[in-house]
Amino acid sequence: MSETVEKAPAAPARRPGGALRRLLRNPLGLIPAVLLAAIVVAVLLAPVLSPQDPDTADLADSFGGAAAGHPLGFDSAGRDLLSRLLHGGRFTLGGAVIALLVALALGVPAGLLAGYRGGRFDAAASWTVDLVMALPAMVVLLASRAILGNTVWVLMVVLGVLVAPSFFRLVRGIVAGVRGELYVDAAKVSGLTDLRIVARHVLIVVRAPIIIQVALVAGLAIGLQAGLEFLGIGSGDTPTWGAMLNEAFQNMEQAPSMIVWPGLALGLTSASLVLLAGALRDALEDRGDRPAPARPRRRPRADTPAATAPADADGAERADLLSVRGLAVSYGTKEVVHGIDLDVRAGEIVGLVGESGSGKSQTAFSILGILPEGGRVSGGSVTVLGREIVGLPEREHRALRGDVVAYVPQEPMSNLDPSFTIGAQLVEPMRYKLGISKAEAKRRALDLLRQVEIPDPERTYGSYPHEISGGMAQRVLIAGAMSCDPKLLIADEPTTALDVMVQAEILGLLRRLQAERGLGVLLVTHNLGVVADLCDRVGVMHDGRIVESGPVERVLGEPAEPYTRRLLGAVLDDVPARAPWRPAQKETA
Amino acid sequence: MLSFVLRRTAAGVVLLFVISVLSYLLLSIPDNDVGRQLLGNRAAQDLVDAKNAELGLDRPVLAQYADWLAHALRGDFGTSWFTGEDVLQSITTRLPVTLSLMVGVTLVSAVLSLLLGVWAGVRRGAIDRFVQILGVVGYALPGFLVTLVIVVVFAVRLGWFPAIGYIGFSESPSGWLSTITLPIASLSVATVAGVSQQVRGAVIDVLRQDYVRTLRARGLPPGRILFRHVLRNAAAPPLTVLGLQFVGMLGGAVLVEQIFGLPGIGSMTVTYTTRGDIPMIMAIVMFTVVGVIAINLLVDVLIGWLNPKARVS
Amino acid sequence: MKDEAVKDDAAKDRALLTVEDLWVSFPGKGFRAPRTEVLKGVSLEVRPGETLGMVGGSGSGKTTIGRAILGLAPVRSGSITFAGERIERAPAKQRRRLSKDLQVVFQDPYTSLNPSLAIGDTLSEPLLAQGIGRREARRRVGDLLERVHLPSDAAARLPREFSGGQRQRVAIARALAIGPKLIVCDEPVSALDLTTQRTVLDLLLEIQERTNVSYLFVSHDLAVVRFVSHRVAVLHRGEIVETGDAARVTADPQHPYTRSLLLSAPVADVAEQRARREAFEHERAAS
Repeated sequence: MSETVEKAPAAPARRPGGALRRLLRNPLGLIPAVLLAAIVVAVLLAPVLSPQDPDTADLADSFGGAAAGHPLGFDSAGRDLLSRLLHGGRFTLGGAVIALLVALALGVPAGLLAGYRGGRFDAAASWTVDLVMALPAMVVLLASRAILGNTVWVLMVVLGVLVAPSFFRLVRGIVAGVRGELYVDAAKVSGLTDLRIVARHVLIVVRAPIIIQVALVAGLAIGLQAGLEFLGIGSGDTPTWGAMLNEAFQNMEQAPSMIVWPGLALGLTSASLVLLAGALRDALEDRGDRPAPARPRRRPRADTPAATAPADADGAERADLLSVRGLAVSYGTKEVVHGIDLDVRAGEIVGLVGESGSGKSQTAFSILGILPEGGRVSGGSVTVLGREIVGLPEREHRALRGDVVAYVPQEPMSNLDPSFTIGAQLVEPMRYKLGISKAEAKRRALDLLRQVEIPDPERTYGSYPHEISGGMAQRVLIAGAMSCDPKLLIADEPTTALDVMVQAEILGLLRRLQAERGLGVLLVTHNLGVVADLCDRVGVMHDGRIVESGPVERVLGEPAEPYTRRLLGAVLDDVPARAPWRPAQKETA
Repeated sequence: MLSFVLRRTAAGVVLLFVISVLSYLLLSIPDNDVGRQLLGNRAAQDLVDAKNAELGLDRPVLAQYADWLAHALRGDFGTSWFTGEDVLQSITTRLPVTLSLMVGVTLVSAVLSLLLGVWAGVRRGAIDRFVQILGVVGYALPGFLVTLVIVVVFAVRLGWFPAIGYIGFSESPSGWLSTITLPIASLSVATVAGVSQQVRGAVIDVLRQDYVRTLRARGLPPGRILFRHVLRNAAAPPLTVLGLQFVGMLGGAVLVEQIFGLPGIGSMTVTYTTRGDIPMIMAIVMFTVVGVIAINLLVDVLIGWLNPKARVS
Repeated sequence: MKDEAVKDDAAKDRALLTVEDLWVSFPGKGFRAPRTEVLKGVSLEVRPGETLGMVGGSGSGKTTIGRAILGLAPVRSGSITFAGERIERAPAKQRRRLSKDLQVVFQDPYTSLNPSLAIGDTLSEPLLAQGIGRREARRRVGDLLERVHLPSDAAARLPREFSGGQRQRVAIARALAIGPKLIVCDEPVSALDLTTQRTVLDLLLEIQERTNVSYLFVSHDLAVVRFVSHRVAVLHRGEIVETGDAARVTADPQHPYTRSLLLSAPVADVAEQRARREAFEHERAAS
């Protein structure tokens, strides 16, 4: 069975003490923790707290209600309910503890070994685990009772074996992920032994998920254990919560309220465990410790008022195709783009260049109206073909996407839906936007694939994204952007993920298509070489502002702003090559 | 795809064989003097020996197993040691009860989980919190406790449904419905809780993917993106969990059938395992494991059908 | 003193690292799939204090060379000699001893540091592995941070509190911790912004000047390689197609692949880029 269920590992917090404090500050953590502690203490102190021996029966009291010294009343045999509840908890909770210990002892070391070493042990262990997981636990427990006899503790060991796979798979999955991490490679190169790597780098990652899983499995074990007892299996005459529920169920007609107390005890314990697991997850994981999936967006200087943009050199007259004035983009109260001006005319390629976090992609997304969750245009005006799109209803904005404004993304592979063929992904928008027939759409799609210089259009048409290379995927995405004859193309780092030679080909392709179709292009990039290659005009973005803009030759040739100069100064194109190595090289500086 | 199904089927057969060997050997460990149990304490020893020989219990365990396997392969699971019933016949008469329970639960939970999960994942906010709380509560409460509460409320207090008993579908469809509704509802709580969480998580996850943004940028409407692209890519985790839940459901069926007095495989399990009736237990184990393997295969085929990338590996 | 210098010179002429006819392959994906040959007979050498730049496209095998030298990729045949010792199949114990002299800086500064370990713990790891005491290790961590121009209070903080460039400085500090002779730099600046990239490269050069450490510098960016390397080797589909002094290879490439590689990288000068583009298209048409 696939491993898709397991969540990606999240790094735990560094100071466990801090996690505990966070846990107890969360009411959803504090309440279950207190409840569980109270239940455990009460059960442990059963001999002291019980009004009488749990097996003392007096038929005169049978089904008796609450009485002095017997707050919960009596059962069918006249035994004190409170005493039985307290003593019964010992078996129910004790059994769960045994099952947990067995499961941990089996699952965690095997999972660590299988995940870290892989190979034959992994294969054998995984096969065994699949086998155990194919067994219905209840049937096995019932069958084991036939084999092992009627002892609750032995059955709990079996239950432990049955739930061990959940720990194994959890630990194995996480460890196999960690094993591929560069920091583990770095630790190996640093000369750490395997044991030390596991102790320092691996255990710290699996610790939090294991703790959470313990709480979940404990709930499960208690439920199964009580279920067995309810069936009258495993406990004989000893008082347990499950057996009490069974007795209550048998006598539901005479004493319907008897079901309440054992039911409450069981329900509260299980619910507390699961709630605690959830709160633990929040306390241990949600600390922002997880490895950043991408470069973090640099925080713009806070509280700078949405300054009106610096007067743009060519900003006075608004371009007919795309014109941006004073555009501001915010996430919550945090502004990331502070009022920028931008124009793209038909048949013109405008570059928007900047480093990561400069706000260039946010600008592109706001023009398309596809800002990520939480982001919004917080000021300014954007016109496409003279029509204001800031504040436009989503439906009308959507109508512009695809056939007026098109988009070429950065990362080719992740931008194709893995479940559909290339052909299906090209045909769908055309059929929807242009209302053409399937056959017509297919003909156009094949034509587009030919136009983006894909060698075997028919084959690519029928391929899935994972069957083609990154360069091909980017051509497909360009074909997709062209499919509904847009007027304006927004390309967000269209060549960043590609090899230089593929990049040169894609740049050539973009240049050709642009010229043929008279497209206006807004090209977002961090690469000044790409700007020099393709663009007519360029805006240099820094910290959410356009610091300089103008014709490419002017901006790259005679930069006016210090930031542009700094950027150009970091380019290594014209730096002389390093001199050859000489053995007599002086070591002193 | 076909070779994948064949390979998985072959692996399933191997698994079934290994489980049959292990079960038989384990079940033979306790020195239950079956002949003595059958004939009682006062029976003469030679009669007991003769009874044991008649059942084949005087032979080595492996020989007993080989004999069992040879017959089982021909579809002959023998007769119960203690009641003399034909094993296959008692299973096949009880199977429809358990199957209708399972199919009902699977359908109900698939539909409800999909609705709740998608709603929570797309809308977030209050409905999202509700689904998450439902997930916690449904997962936390032991299944039989939920069943007891349902019986108390809907059968005992409100009297909407019978608390106990079973009417076959062929006898009376409406009677069948009234007797099976509460059992299905009881078992569905945990499944809906688990699967809707998975749907929710997977939907949220897929909505964040780059290709969803690109689809939006192509001007496709959100409903179309959700139902054509997001759901398809989000299907694998909930399906996998549904497959896992099925195994748990079999255990739940034991309790639910016992509580509602349904004449299914589950309640039968309790009766026969108590006595160590090897022919019966073996047949029950084999049937449930075949069920589990079939469901897992079905889930994998579904995932492979939905996700071309999974087909390759 | 003078005698020693002469002797040192003689020693310096000998290579620190020699790789001869190295073959590396990985098992194919799926049952009975053919093995993928990643390196097909690669030979190279790095001398003390020298930087050898290794440039190539994705899938050329350039990263695998570094990993094979570090013992992170399986060597099928061929030899790797480091400081007079054969290491291509070094057992774990020898590897741990080698770690004193042979170090690495990886490409991705976000995954090469354990997100849940404080910078100081990451940096003291190699020191402790070499049997250095805790107190001494802590003192040296302070020195290391200073050498890579990070504030000394960085030791107590977690990786996520740092930018990409700063994290890469931490990775460099970790590599420097026990005074290595060779550092494998696997695309150390390709995940960084332009301005950050330059400062990290300057730091690497400064460290080499001071410590005479050798670099095997792997990158896809010919401009970066040219800037930091004495010599450049061009890798294409698992084979070295051209080797030579940096100025020679990047100004007067002999192999057509090197020429295409050079011409395909756009430069930030409109007129020059137009000329290169035409030359590239010409080169393509010719091949």
